[in-house]
Amino acid sequence: MVTCTGCALLCDDIEAIVENNRIKETRNACRRGAARMKGCVNRLVPSIDQQPTDIESSIRKTVDIIKNARSIMLFGWNNSTCEAQAKGIRLAKKLNAVIDDTSSFCQGLLIERILQKKLRTCSLDDIRNKADVLVYWGSDAQDSQPRHLSRFSYFPRGESRQRGYEEDRKAIAIDVRESNTAKICKGHFYRIPLKGDREFILALIEALSGKVPVYDTKKMLELAGILKKAEFGAIFVGIGLTYSIKEDFDILIALAEKLPNFNIMPMVGHYNMRGFNEALFKETGFVNRVKFEKEAIHDDKYSIMESLIEKNIDAIMIVGSDPLASLPRPILKDLASIPVVCIDPCISMTSKIATVTIPCAVTGVESGGTAIRMDGKLIRLSKIITSGYMPDEEIMDRLLEAIS
Amino acid sequence: MVTVMELYQLLPRTNCKKCGESTCMAFAVALLGRKKNVAACTPLLEVNFKPQKEKLESLLLPSAGAEETGLIVHPELCTGCGNCVVACPVDVANDPHGAGMGCAPTNDKVIFKVVDGKVIASNIKECRRFGKSRVLCYACIDPCPTGAIEFV
Repeated sequence: MVTCTGCALLCDDIEAIVENNRIKETRNACRRGAARMKGCVNRLVPSIDQQPTDIESSIRKTVDIIKNARSIMLFGWNNSTCEAQAKGIRLAKKLNAVIDDTSSFCQGLLIERILQKKLRTCSLDDIRNKADVLVYWGSDAQDSQPRHLSRFSYFPRGESRQRGYEEDRKAIAIDVRESNTAKICKGHFYRIPLKGDREFILALIEALSGKVPVYDTKKMLELAGILKKAEFGAIFVGIGLTYSIKEDFDILIALAEKLPNFNIMPMVGHYNMRGFNEALFKETGFVNRVKFEKEAIHDDKYSIMESLIEKNIDAIMIVGSDPLASLPRPILKDLASIPVVCIDPCISMTSKIATVTIPCAVTGVESGGTAIRMDGKLIRLSKIITSGYMPDEEIMDRLLEAIS
Repeated sequence: MVTVMELYQLLPRTNCKKCGESTCMAFAVALLGRKKNVAACTPLLEVNFKPQKEKLESLLLPSAGAEETGLIVHPELCTGCGNCVVACPVDVANDPHGAGMGCAPTNDKVIFKVVDGKVIASNIKECRRFGKSRVLCYACIDPCPTGAIEFV
């Protein structure tokens, strides 16, 4: 049994059949996981200024860049092991660097509140064993975390839910479109307009307090009735909800207070985003957007977006992430105008514009370690095949060694 | 999916009984149930029925790879989520501590398995749609959001 690193579910019941040091077949992994485990098609090669070179020269050039930069940002981290992340944070401290990860434009706000214990949460195993009402809000788990419904939430038979989805569980979807998850939640799909989550939450709070909400009264009272009857509920907060209420996030806390039997679960995409958030939170008290000086300073201006717009940074090291593919187009020219170091197993859009590229091993396939699942459980990753590529942890070791 | 009437419209409709069925409609039903082959209808083999024969064969082509119970898995639509593995009542009965709990199947008695990110069906004789006391079970079709599982 090996662990899949396709998404933040970190399924540890995968069988991999290896032949000639290649994964020939995977069993039990979803399509997304199977594709990741079979390795990347376009492997990254070490390069400097788009010219192929050897890995030692790439590392030397990286050391030059990080030593000479006035203010460097270390970005990415969500596809690295906990060990590599811890070393990355140490490196940021030594360099007085800005450190940020993809949770900065993903689920950072939510995870911060969960780690601050402002929101109740539980483990995925609790959900499997006890949950009877499941709310997918702004999240299409069926596509983003394909095994979420079948492995933990809706379909399995749990200790207290022996009749599974047929009688014991109810799944509700709240979304702006009829996603694949919503298709499974037949009869309990609430379609909302774009950015309509805030209004929906306020109306739901009213309905839960016994008032008659103005907004879609009939459906709202019906939903409030289901939620009130729940013995053990879970709200799976997707990126759709987090984005929509990011200016007024505390209304989610107000809703959670009205629902004492419910737990909040962040629907994390990258497999170890929560790992990085927890490590940085333990170190500094913040989950992302931190600058290390004498002490750690947290400010929104240290997010990758703001840093690039305001030109606060003069170099960037990107580990296992592809911001060029996900950031808004107008700020990409700012990213391309500074030296970029890209550490990744595969060729990505970012690697194509990078000043220096360092290929690394695919974590969970060519190198092992640990990672944190979306519910906060530590999962061991397995090394399945051997390759000549360095794990990102070792690359961090080399950089730490070179600057000290 | 193709209907009996669509198949019937393409047959000679002469009720000649050469296929062994009493009417062309009965032959259309047998064709759909994959009990008879198009070649059993000898008048269709004549030259003037060539377009109808080709149309019939193309209509029946999608069900060619079906299991004995009529189960077809479309690999291009399957995402390997495993909803069918966990929802199938036979899988739950045969493997309550593996597939029934959402984990990897622990024995070979299960019907559905995910291999290389796509579902494959085996042990088809265990399916509730198989045999004399078969029932019209929809447990694997309903949880599939992409429509990758079909019965013909």
